[in-house]
Formats: sequence, structure tokens, C-alpha cells
Amino acid sequence: MDNSNKKQIVISPVTRIEGHAKISLQMDDSGQVTDARFHVNEFRGFEKFCEGRLYTEMPVISARICGICPVSHAISSVKACEMIQGVEPTYAGNLLRRLMHVGQNISSHALAFFHLSSPDLLLGYDSDPAKRNILGIAEKYRDVAIRGIRLRKFGQEISERITGKKIHAMGIAPGGIAFPLTEENRLALLNWIPEAKETIHIGINIIKKFHDENEAMVKSFSPTPTLYLGTVGSGGQHELYDGKLRFVDADGVILQDHVEPKRYLEFIAERSVNWSYLKSPYYKPYGFEKGIYRVGPLARLNVASRMKTPEAQVEFEQFKKINNSKPVHGTFYFHYARLIEALSGIEEAEIILNDKLITDKHVQHFARWNNHVGIGCSEAPRGTLFHHYITENTGKIKKVNLLIATGQNNPAMNRSILDVAQQYIHGDKIEEGMLNRVESAIRCYDPCLSCSTHAMGDMPFMVELVNAEGKILKRIARDN
Amino acid sequence: MSKKKIATVWLGGCSGCHMSLLDIDERILEVAQLADIVKCPIVDGKEFPEVDIALVEGAITSDEHLKEILHIRKQSKILISLGDCAIMTNVTGMRNYFNLKDVLETSYVGSISNDDAGEMPNHWALLKLKDKVYPLQEIVEVDYSIPGCPPSADAIFYVLSELLNDRIPDLSEAKKMKHG
Ligand code: SF4
Repeated sequence: MDNSNKKQIVISPVTRIEGHAKISLQMDDSGQVTDARFHVNEFRGFEKFCEGRLYTEMPVISARICGICPVSHAISSVKACEMIQGVEPTYAGNLLRRLMHVGQNISSHALAFFHLSSPDLLLGYDSDPAKRNILGIAEKYRDVAIRGIRLRKFGQEISERITGKKIHAMGIAPGGIAFPLTEENRLALLNWIPEAKETIHIGINIIKKFHDENEAMVKSFSPTPTLYLGTVGSGGQHELYDGKLRFVDADGVILQDHVEPKRYLEFIAERSVNWSYLKSPYYKPYGFEKGIYRVGPLARLNVASRMKTPEAQVEFEQFKKINNSKPVHGTFYFHYARLIEALSGIEEAEIILNDKLITDKHVQHFARWNNHVGIGCSEAPRGTLFHHYITENTGKIKKVNLLIATGQNNPAMNRSILDVAQQYIHGDKIEEGMLNRVESAIRCYDPCLSCSTHAMGDMPFMVELVNAEGKILKRIARDN
Repeated sequence: MSKKKIATVWLGGCSGCHMSLLDIDERILEVAQLADIVKCPIVDGKEFPEVDIALVEGAITSDEHLKEILHIRKQSKILISLGDCAIMTNVTGMRNYFNLKDVLETSYVGSISNDDAGEMPNHWALLKLKDKVYPLQEIVEVDYSIPGCPPSADAIFYVLSELLNDRIPDLSEAKKMKHG
């Protein structure tokens, strides 16, 4: 495995992540990057400490896996609970949950684009790192910054207006939700839609302009093909909340269609690797080496036959032209895909808020423990998310399995980092702008573990040239 | 008067406390007028600089966190525990009831979706987990705590704006302390 004659570069976002992730690049003697590893340094042990808890506690506990996509965890979890109870949510309860889920997707995508990525796009990859953040954007493009902040706020506000809390909302419970929506809150959200739409179109224009002006870079940005997994509705349409799984291959051929999420173990396996706390899932029929697949906005657009809403459909058709209706592999297009999803989310929120039954008071069905096993799935902002619980007769949890979006992108992220590093780093001369490009390969995936860490700007870099034992040969800090 | 310096840090937590900080929305621009946010998981690869206020999310779960919090304490005039994980380990500390080896094996060996070829994470580049998770005040002196999971954005903004205006925040004001 590790050969101590080979040099490694470790990119350790020391100050940013405080140990949450590191990248190491292995070089051969001629200065070519030969391997890339994304070391995820976080572990909290949910699978173990949830054992022995009551299954109905899971939506609340598991939301604490992530402060950026707590609703997705609560939704996947509550669906698993509903399978255990054998109960369906009420119409209004289900719709309110769908609305919250859409809201979270909007706020998470707004954060990823406006707070985290727009500084690179608007100020430039090689601009002053101290300013390359949302506050730097506020100095130069005040309107864009404020709009971005307010779009994220709109998404968060949906949760607040339904449950009284923006993050880790209570009340998402088997059978529906604990709180109905008031007419006053419905109107407040509905009135926000036009502004939200305007903002997302501004974002879409920013990304398109960037695509036009940087065509070569955008096209060549880590375009290694992979398989894709996403959820689709009954007509193959893009879907985030409720649907069936679809896998497509690198040419867009559908490998599996309309798979019930509870069959996920037939198609997905994962492997623990000694160099990361994040496991490496793969498409089981193709095996560990060949089964690299991606999830998230790019994957969902690649698997979908169409969008559900008209304005998003217009963009989707343009997106499909990028690679002649075949899957779009270029990692840079994650940004565009994310914005199209956010637009679709805003349109869907409008439709839901106009549903006559959205303020219905009958929000929850009640049932009790009936089945041992529950498996729930939803599309988190970063991809397909599975919760799987096995319970005892009393409803006590015996086993928990969580398959998280960022985990599923892990093997592809490694591949993308390698692609970019090989393209931009030759020899042991390392320039700041190059590092930022390696980093931005990760940022394209918007991995959960680092969202909050670069929530206000940029990732710092400490690069270390080390040998395989970890002895530092040379250290280069990004110049501020 | 020179601008104050703020740092925010994410240790063993879910990032929800940082998201709640972001939920102060446009008011972030007001904060930026009064202070430079010198290290908000941002800025660059330099050492943690001297700051007036450090907001710390999350509990101490590993050797790296421990080193860090000691350093942060040295560098910060005011250290604030942001949220329940920092204050009393909360969900992050739920693993304290189990043996660390069991906790790791449940995820990396015994998981239903794992294949048979896996290895336990033990690479030199990875942090070493502590047997138990610790709240901040068990390791360092903490000046203020903002409770909640996460604390509300209003509570965070209130504390920040009081401190930035050289006032002592009155955390007993119940309405500012809405949390869940
Ligand atoms: S206190 Fe709650 S919101 Fe904050 S890090 Fe801990 S679990 Fe997340």
C-alpha cells in the first residue's frame, strides 16, 4: 500500500475544519499526482447509541446528525417509523412535511450557491482569500449578497412558520406532523414566492455567464463519468420527497428503475476504509471498483426524465443539451443543477401553498408498533438518504443503519480531487489558486461535513508534503 | 476604537449551531460593521489568532479537539459555549454510555450494508477519538453559555451585539432564550 519512497501532499484545512477533513495527494518521483484521499475526520456513532431507544424518538435524535439537512433526516426517519407502524400520514400532514422538505432544499442550495460558491464565481478563484466570502460579496455586490441571504431565510422560514423552529424542528412524527399551518403563515410564505423566484433567476444568470466566460475550464472540470442514483416520481419526473429509486449508467442507460427504497440493500453495499471515517458505498452489481455512483443535484437531474414544474423544465431542457441528453459528468455542473432544483422547489412551494387543504387541521394519524423493520428514504439536498431500523417487540431499537448522501459521493469525490490535482499540480510547486481549485472540486459536491465550516467564506489551506508515515517534509500555508 | 475580532469554531457537533448563527440573516452585515470575523471556519491556514470573542459549537470528542480548545482559550478574551453540545455534550455525548470500541465496530464492522472487505479507520491522518465526549467547561473556563439545540438566532445575535457594544448580556431574559 503506502510506499514510503513516495511523497504525499496533505491538504489539511486545519483552521477551517479543525480536523473534520484533510486531503492527501500522493506524488511519484516525477512530481505527478498519483492518488488522492479525502480523509473525513468526524465520527459520532449514531448507529450504536440509538440502540435501545424507542423508535419514535428517532426523527428527533437523527435530525441532530446534520444541522443543514435536519428535515431530510427527520423525513427518512419518520418514513421508517411509519413502515414500523404500518400507517400512512394524513393528506395535510404529508403535504406540510413535503413543504418543509422543499424549504430545506431551498435554504441549503441557497447557502451552497450564494454564501459558499458565488465568491469564487463573482470575485474570482485567485482573488484575495480574506475577501472571498459572503461579506466580500456584500461589499462589492450588495444586492446579490442580501438576496442570497434572504433566499436562504425563505427556506428556513418555512420550517419556522410550520413548527416554530428553523433548525431541528419538533413535530415531524409518524402519521404526519404535530402542527397545522395557520392561514396567516400560509399567506406570509406565499407572498415571499415572487422575490425568491427573482433571486434564483439572478443566481442562474450568474452561473450561465460564468459557464460562457469560462467554457474550457467548466467543461474540463473533473468530467470523469460515474453511475448516478436518484429518486423519481411515477412518470420518471424529478422528485425529492417521495418516489422510487432509479440508477443510470454513464451513458444514461437505465440500470434499475422504480425500485422501492426498502430494497436498497440489493443494490448498494459499502466498504470501510482505514483512511477515513466516511465509508465508501458502491453499486453492488458492479462491485467496489466499478460501482462508483453519484447522488445529489447533478445525479437527480441526470436520472430524471423531466422536471415537475414549468420554469424548472425550461432550464432542465438547457441542462440536457450540455451533453446531448446524456448524463452530464462535469462536476462543475453541480452548481447549475442545484439552482435548477432550487427553482423547482420554489415553484413546488407555491403549488403546495395554494392547495386548499394545506391549512387543514387533520394533520396526524395515530398508530402503534406493528412491524419489526422500518426503512425510510428521501432526497436530502446532497442526495439519497436511507434510514433503516430493526426493532424488538416493544419498539426498542435493536439495529440502525444510516446511508448518508455525502457518504455515497465519497468515492467520486476522491476521484474528482484526483482529476483536478492531476490537472493543476505538477511537481511540488504549489500555488494558492491551484489549491483553491482542488478545494472547489469538493465544494461542487457541497459535502455536508464542510458546509457550515465554509459557511462564511473560504476554506484555509495548509499543505504538507509528507512521507507515508506522516512525517512532514515541507509545509506551505496559503498566503493571506 | 479598533474593530473587535470574532472567531467561531465547529468541534463535535452537527453544524446546526453555526446554521443558527447564519439565521441572523441580514443582521450579519451589522455584526460585520462592529467586528471582523477573522476565523469562522474561514480565513486561511494561519494559527488561531488572538480574538475578543470565540463562539464554540460542539463537544470535545478527540485529541485534536482537546488541543484546539486549549489553544482557543489562550487566544480568546471571551469564550462562549454555543449550544447544548458544547455545554453538556447533548447528542454528541450519547456515545458516552457505550465503550468506544463497540461504537466504532457497530459502524465499521457490524453495519448491515457493509461488505466483508472493510477495515477499521486508523490512518495517521485521522484524529484519535477520546473514550468519552467532554463538554467545554470540563476542559477550559467558559465565560458565557448560550443554551439550545441550537440556540435561536435571536439569542445569538443578542449576545453578540451586547458584547460588541461592551455591555454584559443578560441571559436570564427568557424571551431571548427560546430554544428546543
Ligand atoms: S447543540 Fe444541537 S444544533 Fe448545536 S451542534 Fe449540538 S446537536 Fe447540533
